[in-house]
Amino acid sequence: MRSLDLAVPGWPGHRAGQHVDVRLTADDGYQTQRSYSIASAPSTDERLTLTVERLDDGEVSPYLAGELRAGDKLELRGPIGGYFVWEPAAGGPLLFVAGGSGICPLMAMLRLRQAAMSTVPARLLYSSRSLEDVIYRDELDRLGSTGSGVEVMLTLTREQPGTWNGLRRRIDSEMLHAVAWPPAEQPLIFVCGPTPLVETAANALVNLGHEPARIKTERFGPTGG
Amino acid sequence: MEMHEQQLRLDGNAAAGMFEDLFVHDVTSARGACAACGAVGEMGAQHLYMTPLSPGAVLRCTSCGGILMVIVHAGGRFRLALQGLVWLEMQDAAVAGSG
Repeated sequence: MRSLDLAVPGWPGHRAGQHVDVRLTADDGYQTQRSYSIASAPSTDERLTLTVERLDDGEVSPYLAGELRAGDKLELRGPIGGYFVWEPAAGGPLLFVAGGSGICPLMAMLRLRQAAMSTVPARLLYSSRSLEDVIYRDELDRLGSTGSGVEVMLTLTREQPGTWNGLRRRIDSEMLHAVAWPPAEQPLIFVCGPTPLVETAANALVNLGHEPARIKTERFGPTGG
Repeated sequence: MEMHEQQLRLDGNAAAGMFEDLFVHDVTSARGACAACGAVGEMGAQHLYMTPLSPGAVLRCTSCGGILMVIVHAGGRFRLALQGLVWLEMQDAAVAGSG
């Protein structure tokens, strides 16, 4: 896992939740591209942050997560997508459900919420394999403990530290029932992660009585990194 | 079979880049009506079937599974088949962004 801080001259700014396409061109002209969610909050400084998970059999991520050096140039297209976005004016309360690197676009929303000094209450349920796999762990610790109005709940599905007294299974209906705002409070819900996690969570939330139109999903699928 | 299909499924949002090649507007936040069942929803919320090296994508209705849109990009052309959409409604770019 690696976060890339990119200077993008002429960058028009983005909305929290949008992504960019990164295109790589080989010496022989072969081109390939992948989409990455922007993890930084919108800003006007022509900079953005991508967090890239290295997939060993991937075409793009080993380069971005490994070989790329400070000063190297990348070809970007974006910002892309106007559906999976949150802005302070949309209000809340907010429920974020993330699996693995699905945290990235949700992190942009949480960072925007902080930067805009929004007081909309937010809860994050974040599933990782182990504590070491929790992306932005320090930042999430701070967010969840500073009276910022953000509650962070981690679930570790594969491996837990000996002292762990938190959740330790995959996201399921019972967990969502315990964590989610009651449907009557009409939370805005964003779910991002691997396709099976997103489908399980979205279906469970609908069954718990949440309005499908207030549940936005972003599935990763077999993207091939 | 069921598992296989589920693993391949994405959200229409994942086609945002391809839509931008075809339309000036952002199509993921555009609303449309399914010709098969009449359901109305944002294109970004529909089910998308696409893999990184495939020459196109199929967008299906989340309510009934009917095909809304087929996009093929091959041979230097885009072909867009829209037989499954009764209508598609986009934000006027001159008005968008003011909220």
